[in-house]
Amino acid sequence: MIYREAGQFRTSYKQDSAIFPILQDRIAIYFYLFIAFIVIPLFGSDFFINSMMIPFLVFALASIGLNILTGYTGQISLGTGAFMGVGAYSAYKLTTYFPEANIILLVMLSGFFAAAIGMVFGLPSLRIKGFYLVVTTLAAQFFLEWAFIRIPWLYNYNDSGAIEVPQREAFGIIVTGASATPTVRYLVVLSIVVFLTWIASNLIHGRIGRSWMMIRDMDIAAELIGVRPLYAKLSAFAVSSYIAGVAGALMVFFWLGAAEVESFDVNHSFLILFMVILGGLGSLVGSFLGAAFIWMLPIVIRAIPKMTGLDINASTVEQINFMIIGALIVFFLIIEPHGLARLWAIAKQKLRVWPFPY
Amino acid sequence: MELLYNIFADPFVQMATMPDFLLQVLWEGFVTGTLYALIALGYVLIFKASGVFNFAQGIMVVFAALSLVGFYQAGVPAWLALLLALGVMGLMAIGIERLVLRHMVNQNEIILFMATIGLSYFLIGSGELIFGGETKSMITEELGLPTGSTVLDVAGGIVILQHIDVAAAVIAGILVAALAFFFNKTRIGRALRAVADDHQAALSVGISLNQIWAVVWFAAGIVALATGIMWGARSDVSFALQIVALKALPVLILGGFTSIPGAIIGGLIIGMGEKLFEVYWGGLMGSGVEGWFAYVIALIFLMFRPQGLFGEKIIERV
Repeated sequence: MIYREAGQFRTSYKQDSAIFPILQDRIAIYFYLFIAFIVIPLFGSDFFINSMMIPFLVFALASIGLNILTGYTGQISLGTGAFMGVGAYSAYKLTTYFPEANIILLVMLSGFFAAAIGMVFGLPSLRIKGFYLVVTTLAAQFFLEWAFIRIPWLYNYNDSGAIEVPQREAFGIIVTGASATPTVRYLVVLSIVVFLTWIASNLIHGRIGRSWMMIRDMDIAAELIGVRPLYAKLSAFAVSSYIAGVAGALMVFFWLGAAEVESFDVNHSFLILFMVILGGLGSLVGSFLGAAFIWMLPIVIRAIPKMTGLDINASTVEQINFMIIGALIVFFLIIEPHGLARLWAIAKQKLRVWPFPY
Repeated sequence: MELLYNIFADPFVQMATMPDFLLQVLWEGFVTGTLYALIALGYVLIFKASGVFNFAQGIMVVFAALSLVGFYQAGVPAWLALLLALGVMGLMAIGIERLVLRHMVNQNEIILFMATIGLSYFLIGSGELIFGGETKSMITEELGLPTGSTVLDVAGGIVILQHIDVAAAVIAGILVAALAFFFNKTRIGRALRAVADDHQAALSVGISLNQIWAVVWFAAGIVALATGIMWGARSDVSFALQIVALKALPVLILGGFTSIPGAIIGGLIIGMGEKLFEVYWGGLMGSGVEGWFAYVIALIFLMFRPQGLFGEKIIERV
């Protein structure tokens, strides 16, 4: 309807394996980036940027991390919250030791600590899978939660037991702390998210990503045709935890400003798993859609009674939110196991051939 | 050197010098273990019959306990409230079978597992909406359960036994015996085992899958109600129980997913091991180790015996 790709021929292997083979899709991507980088910072209100866009991006990044592990490699994990915590705490320790260093660099480095921890807890996945793996990731979750409380070195021995984000600069601009403007923080988060999404996309479409998907589809068969499960599974754990760790560091440094262990508890792990399921297992677009959906849903539910004049208190909203999310999870798993990403693809296809469906 | 002493010698010296305290700790662990075992039993029941790993078992425990207390607070006598709560669990079983499981036959087991996570979120939301989020106390006395405690003189000291704990252990034993009888001797029990072995073969000899699933979810609901009463009597009924119920997962790992005796023994090992470790070694690590000890034990155990103590050996084919 809106566009036709008639006349666009692929004349080389490079063109054939492009992620966006159609010109209009590439234009659409540039358009989204234009909106995200230029329009929203210029016209978005502080509230919109601070409590909608930044958390959305952070959770989208964490979902991408989990999606690599669960959606692409088929290893279900309930430890995402804790791996985010590892990223956050290591970024905090790094910036304590290197206060002059560029905070963006430190945030990117902190992911490597999460990756290392993730690989340690990913080791059992070589022998076990399915529900058994859920238990080992839960072990990671509860053990790390305990460590965040009981090892005071992690939060610099302060009395509150929380990590407070100090004021830090990058490229001469204040990017963290109370005096950083929402727009600056938003742009930093957006740049990192876009960069890591690009990296993740390339990994997934490359050799390593294909080995992940082979492991997911049938690990024994994959092993027989020459994929080494050790490398495939551990690399998936490493990449996934790296991304989750960076997301956790971003969450604390550029959104919350201070965090206690509650910010990384098992409920957050569930939340991110839900984003991945609703958005679509094994889809990067789905990670964004799922994060947007789950993050926006309570905001919308809160807004509806205000508009219609109904008087519903906050806890009821929360409970209804739980019910809707739970019901939607079941609904999506029954009707469309590939989630919102699949609906998006169907809608695009329908529009593409409209009004001639054949 | 002192650290080594604290790890390898001191706890055992303490155990030897104060045997009554050790017994008390073991008894506490035993009771906690019984409760873990009861929750794990609910998981095993459903897993055996339908291959679904029911994540919602924990919230079903909370739901059962809450509806019992809720009915009682609405003015219903205790015995009737018990029956009504059973009715709620039955309705829930039928509802889950109708609305969720029936549509998910032949799906990948991970998909089914995630569906039960969705289900548990739905139940959390609706439970809080109906019963309110605040903590409630269990109607222990009204149900005719014993309260109070007995002090025993053992090994030159005392051990305190709460009557409710004894009752919990006894009821758990009766429940397990009843379930074993049900599975092995009754017609429906045999059908259940047939379904667990092979869905298609069971269908072909005329067993109704839908009916069996409703029955097994109801059985899990009964176990959930018993667990809810016992747990509620020890501490109060609240949604925090749902996180504690996750502890049944390492219990299952130890015992194997398909074995009822495994669930019991796994529960006892985890319960007692956790208490011992917390009391004697926890201090070295800044306490609070109860939260993760069970999981780490399960993790280490998995490395060496992935199918659990009593589980069937996992054979995979391409």
